[in-house]
Amino acid sequence: MVQILVDNNIIEAENGANLLQTCLENGIYIPNLCYLNDSQEPFAACRLCFVEIDGHPVAACTQKVSEGLQVQTDTSAVRSLQKTAFRLLLSVHEIKCKECSANKRCDLQRIAKFLKVGLKPKGLEIRLKDPGLDSGHPYLIVDQNRCVLCGKCVQVCLQKHGHSYLTFAKRGFDTVISGYIEPDDIPLTFSGCTLCIDICPVMAISLKEGIKS
Amino acid sequence: MDVILTSEDKVIIEKLGSRLTQCEKVKTNLIPILQMIQEELKYLPPEVIKMVAKYLEIPGSEVYGVATFYNQFKFNPPGKNPIKVCLGTACHVRAGDIILENFERKLGISEGQTTEDREFSIERVACVGCCALAPVAIMGDTVHGHMAPSKVEGLILRVQVEHEKAERERQKIESDRQ
Repeated sequence: MVQILVDNNIIEAENGANLLQTCLENGIYIPNLCYLNDSQEPFAACRLCFVEIDGHPVAACTQKVSEGLQVQTDTSAVRSLQKTAFRLLLSVHEIKCKECSANKRCDLQRIAKFLKVGLKPKGLEIRLKDPGLDSGHPYLIVDQNRCVLCGKCVQVCLQKHGHSYLTFAKRGFDTVISGYIEPDDIPLTFSGCTLCIDICPVMAISLKEGIKS
Repeated sequence: MDVILTSEDKVIIEKLGSRLTQCEKVKTNLIPILQMIQEELKYLPPEVIKMVAKYLEIPGSEVYGVATFYNQFKFNPPGKNPIKVCLGTACHVRAGDIILENFERKLGISEGQTTEDREFSIERVACVGCCALAPVAIMGDTVHGHMAPSKVEGLILRVQVEHEKAERERQKIESDRQ
């Protein structure tokens, strides 16, 4: 065990443990969307879990705990980076909270509250995808305008099945989570695995009607 | 828009299927295989994605994800008259996007797509190197400079008229023979 200093609190942790996970487990909240517990290779895509170490911003999910590490999670530089990243995420997110199945269970709402950022980002152009609903998958529907591209669904699928049946397709603003059709003679049937649906922080993936979990 | 395979396409795909078996079944071969198919077929229809996925024993989604990341892979067959609209800096400043929009509206397809008769396809490109002529569009091998929305219809019409003319001449030759 080693001791680290997070915002003047002494925390004991395993040497080499993940900093983000250590902070979260000790009740210090750092906004995050893409981190999966005990992930060996953190995806580090959402750019929300910034902390300050030795005056430099570091994504906490990519940092390992070592003796005497001094971390600050609440500096103005850190908050500014987080707010910008978060506002950019919201600029491609369809804000329809009242109609949304994730309402009140949504990580975006939680982070917005924590960072004190409105859900409608001012000064940024809203860029939504058309069409937003993708029903190309045999049994999943992905709401591309709700999806924050955190990649958790791709990661859990990969961990569970060795291959991911969901993937990132295209590039840049056009990037989507996609499940391309499988070879005809090996039809992709619903096995009852709903890992991707359960892990989604914004409930962007759902089962098609008539398919029961 | 779903692409309908032509009989020529089917022949090429069949040949590609047998060529696939010569490639080693390793994941690192994915991009070389896709490149070979792009070279032969000029585009990657869903049938081919499935074929490659099956051969390499990976989910189709993985093949699709890789293929859509790279610009060199196309998902629609090239048109007989490929239209490239330049959206480089100079053309952007001279409203190249309006030219692109005009082509898209006139042909009823979006950038990256091909008309159903495979006559036209639209692609956006970065600088083509003649910024003095901005905005620029290229149809086939011909560069059209100082493009204006009014010229778009003319260009498409010209191809269609030439097409009809060739068709009439062909019919005439046939009727002369009889």
